[in-house]
Order: sequence, then C-alpha cells, then structure tokens
Amino acid sequence: MRVTIIDYGAGNVPSVERALERLGAESERTNLPDKIARAGALLLPGVGHYAALVRALDEQKMREPLVGAIQRGVPFLGICLGLQVLFESSAESPQLHGLSLLPGKVCALPSTVKLPHMGWNQIASNRQSQLLAGIDASAYFYFAHSFAGPDSNGSTTATCFHGAPFAAVVETQNIYGVQFHPEKSGDSGSRLLQNFLRIAT
Amino acid sequence: MSLAHRIIPCLDTDGERVVKGVNFVGLRDAGDPVALAARYNKEGADELVVLDIAASRDHRPTFLETIRRVAAELSIPLTAGGGVRTLEDGRAVVRAGADKVTVNTAAVERPELISELSREFGAQAVVLAIDAKRNGGHWDVMVRGGRESANRDAIQWAKSGVSLGAGEILLTSVDRDGTRVGFDTELTAAISKAVSVPVIASGGAKLPEHFVQIFKEGAADAALAASIFHDGAQPIRTLKEFLSASGIEVRFPC
Repeated sequence: MRVTIIDYGAGNVPSVERALERLGAESERTNLPDKIARAGALLLPGVGHYAALVRALDEQKMREPLVGAIQRGVPFLGICLGLQVLFESSAESPQLHGLSLLPGKVCALPSTVKLPHMGWNQIASNRQSQLLAGIDASAYFYFAHSFAGPDSNGSTTATCFHGAPFAAVVETQNIYGVQFHPEKSGDSGSRLLQNFLRIAT
Repeated sequence: MSLAHRIIPCLDTDGERVVKGVNFVGLRDAGDPVALAARYNKEGADELVVLDIAASRDHRPTFLETIRRVAAELSIPLTAGGGVRTLEDGRAVVRAGADKVTVNTAAVERPELISELSREFGAQAVVLAIDAKRNGGHWDVMVRGGRESANRDAIQWAKSGVSLGAGEILLTSVDRDGTRVGFDTELTAAISKAVSVPVIASGGAKLPEHFVQIFKEGAADAALAASIFHDGAQPIRTLKEFLSASGIEVRFPC
C-alpha cells in the first residue's frame, strides 16, 4: 500500500516521509489533482497558517479530487492543519471555506494561556479509538498550534486541554485526523502512524 | 493533564562538528552531531537545538547537510539556526528538515525578518533567540555571539519580537552562560511574564536543582543545556526523574 502525501509546501512533509519510511511504508508526495484522485490512501500534513493550506488546495485544484476521494471511502489522515481543514471554517481566516467534511468551526485557543500551544501534552481518549490502539493512555504527543477544532464534535475520539478543551483525535468512517504531530511524537507517534497504515490497508 | 516542561539539549557546531563541551561517555565519535542526536532522541530529550556558532557563509552548505543528517535521526522536533539573516536562509534551514528556525543578531538589525519568516512558516516555526546581560536595573540585548551590546532592553525586545510573529523565545543569560551556577531565574521570570509565548531558558545549568528552580521560580516552559548533557554528567532520564519527584510535569518516553 502506497500512501499519497499531499504536498502543498508544508514544512513537515519530509518528517512525515521519514516517519513512514521507518515503518516500512511506501509513500509519494504530490500536488497533482489526478494523483490525489487515484490515491489508495491519503495523508495531509500541515503546519503554519490555515490560509496557506486552503489557498493551495484551491489554486492547485486539489480540493475537488481530495473531497471526492474521501467521500468514496479512501482512508485519509490529516495532521495538524490537515485536521483543521476538515471542519467548515477557521477563525484564523474566517472568509475561507474548509472542506466541511466535519461539522463545526476551528477556534482560537484562549489567550489566558501561552500560545502557541507548543510542546508535549497528554490526551484523554473518550471512546473506542482505532488510531490510539495499543498506545498507553498516559502517552505524550507533540503539539504546535494556536487554533483547534471543537472537542464536542461527534467524531472526536480524544481531546486535549490547553486553556480550553479541543479535539486532539477525530475518527469517523474513513476520515482520521490528529491535532498533534505524530511524525514528531517519538514512539507513541510512530505507533499511531502504524495504526493508520493498518487501517488503510 | 497539562503541558510537560521540556528538556532540550543543544548542539553548538562549527557547521559540521559539535564544538563545545563534548566528551560523551560511550560515544565512539563524540563530536559527531548525528551520533549525539540519535542518542538524545532515544534517551528522552523533548526537542533538539542545533546551532551553527561559526555561522560563516562559506560553511553554510555543510551546516545544511548537518541539519539533514540530524533530522533523519529524530522523531522529536528539531530547531536550527545560527547565521540566519534572510528569509532565504530560513527556507534553506526548514527545507533541510528543521521544524523551527532561530534568529538572533540579524533580527535585531532588521526586525522584519521575524515577520517574513512567521508569514511563510507560521509563528510556531520562528524562535527568537535573545542573549541578555544585566546592566544595572535591566537587561541589555547582546548580539554577535553575546559579545556586543545592541543597546536595547531585553524585555522590550522580547515583546516586540512576539508582536512581529515569533512563536517562542530562546533566552540565554550571557552572565550565566558557561558558569554552571544555575539558570538566571530572575531574568527568565521577567521575560516569561512579559510575553504570551513559551520561553526556553538557557545558560548556567549544572545540577538537577537548577532545572527545578528555572521551572518553578523562573516560569520557564523549557530548559536548554549543552555540555552537561554532552559530557554525560547529567543523563536526561535521571534529570526527568528528579523533576518528576519535585512535582514538575515531564514526559517519559515509553
């Protein structure tokens, strides 16, 4: 099984590639609409500004094949911004439209705490999670973000707290997303990616 | 459930080799940043910082190659910098595999550099390194490796840096650097209180108690040290066990 990594220019693509390579998975990075349309499994890493991702998806004509593939049931994993873009919109760029594959809006974390939410935090898994299978409940994951999706979403399988609760892991049908960076989260992150690979194949 | 306090080893390199305080027990080639990176990754470091302290233009390609080789060893975040003067320099560092870029002297001389990098990579990828030295009742920003005063107040500079788009401050006490008498808790607490972003404290660490102090009294979000880790005097795991026993939340790799 080859994982197609959507490369819109995000800084964390090489780390994701390396993490998959360590797990023995084949991957190819692309920004070509037809390659996305034909993918067997999709991974969207993202880091930085929400607008950069949404604009790249639109300008490089990746939105339609991406949404189409996900709706056809192709396994999809979104990392950080790659999770946030699944929602309807984000307070980081309210005028832009997300992929609307999950209900709700991405909000800013409260300014009562230090932002970005940067570093290693624990998550609370609130129901059966396939991505977190076999990972210790007290495991830490690496976060680097100031905006996040709603924790109350029906597909949220784990939440995190930094000033407010937010979605750390979402899973619904073939759609998976994590707010943290599994490619930077040591053994726990590696295990999570392995779980996605198992689900996707 | 809250953010763990981070322990960050720092590799000062001449672009290619680790140059300060290296005598790592059990490493065949102690000056090799790749071997050190692999070891720290395994031992539970929360991040790694690699700096080019020579920062000579001629050695740039070598430093980028070092970043590439170090990044390949890591499953934790990597911050790199030293001599980043332009957006293009920052791009090269990120493309080589760093998650965050540090800027120091060049940002003091041309603060827009912070905004340029932040716009392109996001605030979470821009670390403003500040070398601060006490001068009477305040702290001066020092540039060119801590040798020259920029005649600027460190607290004010930290605040401006954050408003320009820095997502983190790497704060080195020039007074404490290399002394091993402990971090400058007063300086760190003052900066940490003044800004809304995480602060990494650096300079003066030797004992586990110093780390407890900088987290409890200095309000640091992360603590950085170099030689005490390199020379094997302070294994990361025992440091974290000490911190945990002192009531400080830390992450243990599983």
